Amino acid sequence: MNQLDDEIHPKILDALLQSRNDYTIEDALENEMILNMGPQHPATHGVLRLLLRLDGERIIGCVPELGYLHRGYEKMAENMSYYEFIPHTDRLDYISPMANNVAWVLAVEKLAGIEAPKRAQYIRMMIAELARIASHLVAVGAFAMDVGALTVFLWTLREREKILDIWDILCGARFTNSYTRIGGVANDAQPEALAKAKWFIDQFEPYLAEVEQLLNTNRIFIERVDGVGAISKEDAIDLGFSGPNLRACGVEFDLRRNAPYLCYNEIDFRIPTYTEGDCLARYFLRLDECRESAKIVRQVLEKMPQGPVLADMPKKVLPQKDEVYTKMEELIHDFMIVNFGINPPVGEIYHAIEGSKGELGFYFVSKGEGHPWKCKIRSPSFNNIQALPKLVIGHLISDVVAIIGSIDPIMGEADK
Amino acid sequence: MDLKEIIPQKLKANFPSVEFEVSDYKDELTIKFDKKNVVEICRFLKNDSELQFLLCSDVTAVDWATRKNRFTVVYNIFSLKHSFRLRLKADVDESDCSIDSVTSVWRASNFQERETYDMYGIKFNNHPDLRRMYMPEEFEYHPLRKEFPLMGIPGSIPLPKK
Repeated sequence: MNQLDDEIHPKILDALLQSRNDYTIEDALENEMILNMGPQHPATHGVLRLLLRLDGERIIGCVPELGYLHRGYEKMAENMSYYEFIPHTDRLDYISPMANNVAWVLAVEKLAGIEAPKRAQYIRMMIAELARIASHLVAVGAFAMDVGALTVFLWTLREREKILDIWDILCGARFTNSYTRIGGVANDAQPEALAKAKWFIDQFEPYLAEVEQLLNTNRIFIERVDGVGAISKEDAIDLGFSGPNLRACGVEFDLRRNAPYLCYNEIDFRIPTYTEGDCLARYFLRLDECRESAKIVRQVLEKMPQGPVLADMPKKVLPQKDEVYTKMEELIHDFMIVNFGINPPVGEIYHAIEGSKGELGFYFVSKGEGHPWKCKIRSPSFNNIQALPKLVIGHLISDVVAIIGSIDPIMGEADK
Repeated sequence: MDLKEIIPQKLKANFPSVEFEVSDYKDELTIKFDKKNVVEICRFLKNDSELQFLLCSDVTAVDWATRKNRFTVVYNIFSLKHSFRLRLKADVDESDCSIDSVTSVWRASNFQERETYDMYGIKFNNHPDLRRMYMPEEFEYHPLRKEFPLMGIPGSIPLPKK
């Protein structure tokens, strides 16, 4: 304890010791200790640091410490053009970069008054849903691995690998995609990519059923997560949960339905909800969402119209490269957009999409310049981590690992 | 009747002494008011049975650099009942760089206000745990203020002890 006093900043220690705890037993003080978990702990999914106040093995206080991956993206966004920031959105939630690309360009388009062509919107829907599947596969796999079921991780990552192959065909990058552009997407989706997406969806569901079978019949897994980290509907809303974590508490809140963007109005899908709000419900919900996303991708592939994939607004949308090399007009526009930006009108907007972790939104204040005056990233993981103390108090240390895995925080996004 | 008319009307009826500045840009309603009323107004918006703004999505601030009221604190709240998003704003001057905390209304604003304090140096009165969110506790500056250089200030972050 004395040694820890030197290492932990006094303010953090104060916060930990004053943290409200409803769990008390007599002479708790004699058994108390403080445990530092992270930032280099494999089960904290990155660089999340937790300070735990323990009574025996039971947690009576928890203070999350963030900032170990803080790269100052909001500051950087204020100093670069809207186009330049697209690659940086890949590094926010690095498990589903495509969804972040979509969120960024949709926000910029709302600010600048651009509407992408129908085909581009359908392609964006497809990549956003595939990104959700990829993200949930990692979440479920890592969650199962954290509580000891190692095989599932290999199986889900094998499936994710196939999605990365689709990215590879679409834009040439497997991980940091930067595929979307303001006003559309970088290039039209190739027939091979669409065929591969269709193939993936068709073969995906049997594999998912296998994963589910493997976990649902695993008694150790079920008993370790059932009833652990439960949170009520009211608390979840009050603490700012969003996305799958909120829906696992019985709140039917999904921005695809509540504030539709892209063409989600034209797609038929269900919003799965569970009422228990514990780790098991969050795991079931992610699997259900994977199935719903697969359904959406299937419909998107059927309905995808032909046509251009970049809006015809030469003053605001970067032209295709082959046109820049051959046409004077396009060369001038390219020069102006790259050097001075797209100068959206003075104003402020907020636009959010239902990312794989929850509500991923961007708030812009524009002064009519090429770069935003202010850019705020509303990241779901940051807000989900906030509920962590509430979830872990009263549980054992080994349950902390399960709870972190089940709320699926990505530190790149939480720390910005 | 449209919520965009109901909300300002209700606010004006319940807070007759407060001046509200209502604007609607790109289908997003923004209401601006004086910072000293922020907690009552937020509590009213949350508890009103017709509106029910239960979800506090985001709290942030904007630094206007040269303006008289240098900062604007922005609250982004959402009503699950109506699927309606509302933005609240309150100006904060640099000479009295503080505003009342709304953590008593939405617990979600705890981290969000800490982040705003860390990035802009705006103090939130009555906040239960106002520490820095991302930067180390010893750090003296507030990085999202406009006078903070993009490249950072060399030597401002101490190296860890050996």
